[in-house]
Amino acid sequence: MEARSARMLPPPFWAGGPAPGQAYDPCAPGPSTGVLPLTRTLSPMVTGTSVLGAKFDGGVIIAADMLGSYGSLARFRGISRLLKVNDTTMLGASGDYADFQYLAQVIDQMVIDEELLGDGHSYSPKAIHSWLTRVMYNRRSKINPLWNTVVIGGFYNGESFLGYVDMLGVAYEAPTLATGYGAYLAQPLMREVLEKKSSLTQEEARDLIERCMKILYYRDARSFNRYEVAIATEKGVEVEGPLTLEANWDIAHLVR
Amino acid sequence: MGLNGAVMGLGAHLWGSYGSGGTTTIMAAEFDGGVVIGADSSYVANRVTDKLTPIHDRIFCCRSGSAADTQAVAEAVAYQLAFHSVELQEPPRVRTAARLFQQSCYRYREELSAGIIVAGWDPRRGGQVYAVPLGGLLHPQPLAIGGSGSSYVYGFVDASFRPGLSREECTHSALTLALAMSRDGSSGGVVRLATVTAEGVERKVLTGAELEGGEGGAMS
Repeated sequence: MEARSARMLPPPFWAGGPAPGQAYDPCAPGPSTGVLPLTRTLSPMVTGTSVLGAKFDGGVIIAADMLGSYGSLARFRGISRLLKVNDTTMLGASGDYADFQYLAQVIDQMVIDEELLGDGHSYSPKAIHSWLTRVMYNRRSKINPLWNTVVIGGFYNGESFLGYVDMLGVAYEAPTLATGYGAYLAQPLMREVLEKKSSLTQEEARDLIERCMKILYYRDARSFNRYEVAIATEKGVEVEGPLTLEANWDIAHLVR
Repeated sequence: MGLNGAVMGLGAHLWGSYGSGGTTTIMAAEFDGGVVIGADSSYVANRVTDKLTPIHDRIFCCRSGSAADTQAVAEAVAYQLAFHSVELQEPPRVRTAARLFQQSCYRYREELSAGIIVAGWDPRRGGQVYAVPLGGLLHPQPLAIGGSGSSYVYGFVDASFRPGLSREECTHSALTLALAMSRDGSSGGVVRLATVTAEGVERKVLTGAELEGGEGGAMS
């Protein structure tokens, strides 16, 4: 026994990890506590709710309301959760708004740096999607996620793109997308429409999105009736808003 | 999905024993030509604290949350801003001050408990107000309220404020704080107001006797 305690303890398997022969408490402060800043987003603060996306013939449309919720408080009622990356790509994010602002800052700087290269190339939607997937997955692997679910849309080389990335690094593409409550309430509606008609016109896609936003406003307690819409076509990316949803409460009169 | 569960669990985290903004009510409103800022004065240890901290000649911050955290961040920002102003050879922008707060508050978001409102006047954009709440986002607003007492006056503020108010109309600010203080057990003391314009900073302290609405009005 004396020999063991006199011997130096073996180094931990990885930084801050368990050392053989020692009791391991993952929650106890590790050797690097207080030395480096704790930079993990363990809980989202101001959050955005659903983001919707739909492909149409000749482009893609995404939509998000303009609310930043602080728990149940509708705190910031005029924030934009959509970002125009460049003339071919746009994205919208739900989840922590501070993390989205950070992401937007990083992406904006990337776009500037690319512009400075002056080679005529700019990021394609697929490229941004692929890059963001790596970023989100690597952050999650360090237990320091960007607490967002992101929808990336765009129109590049004559093809529509619509992709999803979340805070775990789960990524996929689909003809319609919805995050948050939209996945339960709006996605079935959008898929039903697309099952009947294999492709939509821009008007039809816009109407579908508006219908879904209205339903989300009725049913999602953390939603708001003011929203923005971003449309990517061969002409470029345009962010429109704020648009207001008109709610119809006539059925209330039927109930006594 | 698990993520939604995590967001719902947010409620328990926020409204737990720490509350969402310490023991404070703070606010800032912009008018044409400057800003009016205000705060209550209560802390556990000091009932006449000053939560309106100058960051530069014409830039203030209203502090809520942990006093230690906000004082530390405010001092760091004041230093950075003083340096920046000397390099620039002109008064710093309010937005720059807000951005400096945001950088610290976002970076150290898991360690800090700081809800800050940055407000002031600069020659480029006049009076401006920026909110930097828990989590470290940055949001410019014509009017911002914060601290635990702010929950009680969201309705009053929504009903009585609109962008484009004059300086006199911004004296509603005192009433906002008085109402919040009378309902929030964690806020209280005196109301500290400051008006920041191109000409300078005018500070006022309003005690209980001078505040109307301090008794809760019709509902006692």
